[in-house]
Amino acid sequence: MSNEELKNVSVTKSIDARGTACPGPLLEAKKAIGTIKAGEIMEILSADEGTKVDIPKWCNKQGHEYLGTVEENGYFKIYMKKK
Amino acid sequence: MEEIQNTEIQRLQRELEVLKKKVSNLEDSRKDQLSIAIVSGDLDKILAAMVISVAAAAMDTQVKLFFSFWSLSALRDPKKCPKGKDFISKMFGMMLPKGTKKLALSNMNMVGMGPMMIRMLMKKQNVMSLEQMFKEAGELGIEIVVCEMSMNLMGFKKEELIDYPNLKFAGAATFVADASESSIQLFI
Repeated sequence: MSNEELKNVSVTKSIDARGTACPGPLLEAKKAIGTIKAGEIMEILSADEGTKVDIPKWCNKQGHEYLGTVEENGYFKIYMKKK
Repeated sequence: MEEIQNTEIQRLQRELEVLKKKVSNLEDSRKDQLSIAIVSGDLDKILAAMVISVAAAAMDTQVKLFFSFWSLSALRDPKKCPKGKDFISKMFGMMLPKGTKKLALSNMNMVGMGPMMIRMLMKKQNVMSLEQMFKEAGELGIEIVVCEMSMNLMGFKKEELIDYPNLKFAGAATFVADASESSIQLFI
């Protein structure tokens, strides 16, 4: 998805994991994924560079759909759709 | 002619059976599981093991940690004082770090300055503390297996180990059995 599309996507759940470094954001994402339904979209805010690469790997393994990452000022917004 | 074809088909069928069995063995033998034998008792190495474990558990990989030798120091609870140790066990107990907060670095330890600085940096950069990682590990269902032989060798007692939800005691064969069915095996 392009940046424009991602900015307008309707997010069911947003997790702010900017206060934690690797593997904190992944752990928070794992904990939150159980609270949304299949097909719903989750956004993960992370200031950790590694997480940007890790979340797509996690999505790939679990079968979730990784939608893309938007770079903000000093952090990333990572979007994914639950399987 | 027909007979030759029949025997050929039978031969192929037998071969197919053998191959099927081999494939099913391969499929069954490796689980989505991580086994780590943790032998080092250095802060940096235990940290590495725990970061990998927590990340794996977050990815729904089953994690089994086998704690042996020096790493057992990390599982000691500083608040617990077991009774009935002999002289050598007491000496060992006194000389070895009592719990995660007392662990040294494998490099740049500088009589305890190094670990202090690392912990300060970790806090500043929002990295989970080692203690927090153990707590998360427990909640994620990560299994810790304590090597009974090395625990006895170093004179540690079960009563002085941390309260961990999934703590087991076993021997090397348990690690071998767990590791053989894991898709990832590490030694730290």
